[in-house]
Amino acid sequence: MTPLKERLVQLEVLRYNPDTDTEAHFQRYEVVCQEEWVVLDALNKVKADIDPTLNYRWSCHMAVCGSCGMMINGEPKLSCHAFLRDYEGVIRVEPLAHFPVERDLVTAPDDFMEKLKRVKPYVIPKEQKPISEGEYKQTPAQLMKFRQYSMCINCMLCYAACPQYGLTPKFIGPAALTLAHRYNLDSRDGGRKERQEVVATHEGVWECTFVGACSEVCPAHVDPASALQQMKITSSIDWIVEHLIPGGKSARDTVSREDAGDIS
Amino acid sequence: MSRRPLVRECPPTTWYFRQPRYLRYMSREITSIFVGAYCVLLVVGLQRLSAGPAAWEGFLLALQSADSIVFHLLALAAALYHAATWFNATQKAMPLQIGEDFVPGNVISGAHYVAWAALSVVVLYLAGVF
Repeated sequence: MTPLKERLVQLEVLRYNPDTDTEAHFQRYEVVCQEEWVVLDALNKVKADIDPTLNYRWSCHMAVCGSCGMMINGEPKLSCHAFLRDYEGVIRVEPLAHFPVERDLVTAPDDFMEKLKRVKPYVIPKEQKPISEGEYKQTPAQLMKFRQYSMCINCMLCYAACPQYGLTPKFIGPAALTLAHRYNLDSRDGGRKERQEVVATHEGVWECTFVGACSEVCPAHVDPASALQQMKITSSIDWIVEHLIPGGKSARDTVSREDAGDIS
Repeated sequence: MSRRPLVRECPPTTWYFRQPRYLRYMSREITSIFVGAYCVLLVVGLQRLSAGPAAWEGFLLALQSADSIVFHLLALAAALYHAATWFNATQKAMPLQIGEDFVPGNVISGAHYVAWAALSVVVLYLAGVF
């Protein structure tokens, strides 16, 4: 078995202590790492051997939980998914952009959580039926329609990548709107009308100018940019039906999708 | 322990220098200025046409100036780039599901390019090129 290669890694980490600091500052660490480690491993080594006061969030270490999002050399990344071999020189590690910094690399996700609630990211059944009538069934084709958009791990990298969110904090943002789309596309769901009140507004999809950065940084390949563009199209169709077609009823009033019917 | 989160503002005028992808986005957005300017030029042309033969001839003469040719080349490049970004966006905005699978994105974008070419041939035919 070949021995593991070691490497001296230099990290420049943004530090902020709310009890003593008024500004954030960078602190340089030099730490011996294994070549195949990720940035999170290097941070763990710093915390264990050099500076136990360093704060950051992490949990699964396998790009599933979405806790360890950080700016690594200016790019939103999961630090457990940022391999040291892909970086040269000093690696600059900062908390996720566009979120208030709680302490060091820990950000406050309150705004995102609030927005997530507003889009009602859960199935609102078209018709309630008693348990005795059995499950709400779905074909594989109906599942595939939204499956990609259900893969979001709420890591908020897309918010850190989105300049519109940075400039206009009231923007509902990529992940929350994409989840709204995921439930709108679900054949069991009848909640589109309720979600449209938040989604089809200037705080909603119309704040998006299709920079596309959200999809480029998404570690789960959800492609939020595509969800938002699709929602703009359906919202535009709603508007045309409502305003230009005599007697037309928009999807705000009726929920109609070609494959929305139950299967039995 | 106090809670005193530090807010780091997004710089309102320089944010697009932070990432190459932001610069790419801004370059796409800037092409719309040329597209808009060309529309204004067409409206001016219509106005000159309605003002009589002398005004129209003057307009045609102005189009032959070096400035005008440079502007037209820039506007053409901007319009082509703008159109390409739109056609490439169609695969994200208009997914097509057949059975369980989705039609590959490049087929959807490609269909738009084909439609563009076909319509261009029709326009050139109507303009008497063929």
